[in-house]
Amino acid sequence: MTSTPAIEAENLVKHFGDKVAVDGVSFSVPQGTVLGLLGPNGAGKTTTVRMMTTLTRPTSGTARVAGHDVVVDPKGVRRSMGLTGQAATVDELLTGRENLRLIGGLYGLSPSYLKRAGDDLLERFSLTDAADRVVKTYSGGMRRRLDLAVSLVAIPPVLFLDEPTTGLDPRSRVELWDVLRGLVREGTTLLLTTQYLEEADQLADNIVVIDRGKVIERGTALELKNRSGQAAVVVTVSNGGDLPRAEALLREVVDEVHVDEGARQLTAPADGLRAMTRIAGIFDDSDIELDDLGLKRPSLDDVFLRLTGHRAEDTTETDEEVVL
Amino acid sequence: MTAGTEPTTTQRPAIERPEIHDTGLLRQSLTIVRRNLIHIKRMPEMLLDVTIQPVMFVLLFAFVFGGSIAVQGSAEGYREWLLAGIMGQTIAFASFIVAVGLTSDIDKGIVDRMRSLPINPAAVLVGRSISSLMHSSIGIVIMSLTGLLIGWRIRDGILEAALAYLLLLLWGFAMIWLGILVGSSMRSVEAVNGLMFATMFPITFLANTFAPAENMPTALRAVAEWNPLSSLVQAVRELWGNTPPVGSDAALPLQHPVLSTIIWTVGLTAILAPLALRAFQRRTAT
Repeated sequence: MTSTPAIEAENLVKHFGDKVAVDGVSFSVPQGTVLGLLGPNGAGKTTTVRMMTTLTRPTSGTARVAGHDVVVDPKGVRRSMGLTGQAATVDELLTGRENLRLIGGLYGLSPSYLKRAGDDLLERFSLTDAADRVVKTYSGGMRRRLDLAVSLVAIPPVLFLDEPTTGLDPRSRVELWDVLRGLVREGTTLLLTTQYLEEADQLADNIVVIDRGKVIERGTALELKNRSGQAAVVVTVSNGGDLPRAEALLREVVDEVHVDEGARQLTAPADGLRAMTRIAGIFDDSDIELDDLGLKRPSLDDVFLRLTGHRAEDTTETDEEVVL
Repeated sequence: MTAGTEPTTTQRPAIERPEIHDTGLLRQSLTIVRRNLIHIKRMPEMLLDVTIQPVMFVLLFAFVFGGSIAVQGSAEGYREWLLAGIMGQTIAFASFIVAVGLTSDIDKGIVDRMRSLPINPAAVLVGRSISSLMHSSIGIVIMSLTGLLIGWRIRDGILEAALAYLLLLLWGFAMIWLGILVGSSMRSVEAVNGLMFATMFPITFLANTFAPAENMPTALRAVAEWNPLSSLVQAVRELWGNTPPVGSDAALPLQHPVLSTIIWTVGLTAILAPLALRAFQRRTAT
């Protein structure tokens, strides 16, 4: 039995003048899962989300949200999704509750429903105490949570989040991740863009990496990491003098060993946990004292570096995001 | 509508997905108006431009310049004559109010948020326009009261007086499009402020608003008399019985001020509205 994907992008293209912002992006997101759209600034993430949320028309190609085509039936799309943009788009002069009532009113939700859902959302996002305070007095994390609560007031089956944790301190970020996991548990389909690899790693079932408007890689976080190169066993000896003996021992089981004298570290490519267990056994039988023994998988950062030739977070802004 | 697959475990009794109703353009616009009114309640100083400022203008002009500017045919002299001019200026500044509000909403992403909702896309602009007209109307009421205090009176019939107020609102409606055009084209509230001050102030002074045009140098007088704002001000003055009709040497629009005000507002709207909508579309839908 197959069910329709909650989100489908089909060869989405967007030109701004003669500049190509998005260049044939396709993907599909099964219901109740999370897709991470990963890419550096200016890669076309925001433009892709804006096309999928009917804010801008694709130059060509199309997308469907909960079965509704963004070009043919934009209103159907708007009825089925919530959007939280890059900046917290809550009204600063309204209270938290008034913000919920404003958007709920525009959805045409009944006042009795709005009251119940409003209280429920405020509580879930730990905003009950601040509900009747003007948003101007909120912290960045509170604004983000309210922004998300507002996007959820009509309980949309699909939620788009454009860089939801940009500008948040680490604690607020982790809190928001928890909230998002809760939504997914309840059946919401999530598409989130991020330039934080950790975020994609933590939340996304599937990752689509885009750069310069094109999809350059896709898969689960683990698949991406595996494709990006082999894991390695890293051995740190306690005494630098033991390095030559340790190297000799390692060479009995692996072909290639890198020695880093400064760090007292030996690195050897390995297939995974089995190789590591074997190596652990060898050192256990010897009298060489170890500080640390571990398996190092490539991080998503390594993946990114391999794919794009640059790291994810230190790219300079191109004018695309500025124009938006 | 695709129903989501039922989650196997639920953390809490989730609230059921509510019915979304299309309440139509008017109710959606009014919802946005209510939000803008809350803004005014939270920041009453937003009303300074239609309260203290025009009242100050009325008093300054009436008492500082009033003694030196002679006008003919007005029962209470310059003070009575002045009032329609300041009203005209205030209603022209409606464009200002629309532009500032719109730019700020676009800037903060509020417009995007609204455009992502299943509402009539026009509600954003209609809501903004209605609240701006309400904003300007507060100014008109306050200035009428100030006028009454300093000797201004409605000296003709009620119907004529009502028509004058109606023309002011009609003018405000045309100015809304100018506001949407400027608000969509400028990138910041500061830029809007700068542009509007640099243009609207001279335009509202280069008219019969504060001083009679017939005393101006010939070239300037022609500009002032053809200024669309002059038609409005002349029409309002005549309808309130604050001035007799202009002499036969005045420019054509001033000879038939009510008719030309209607033509001007329709004409301005016909030109500005499509430009404004295109600018708004370009600004928001990219």
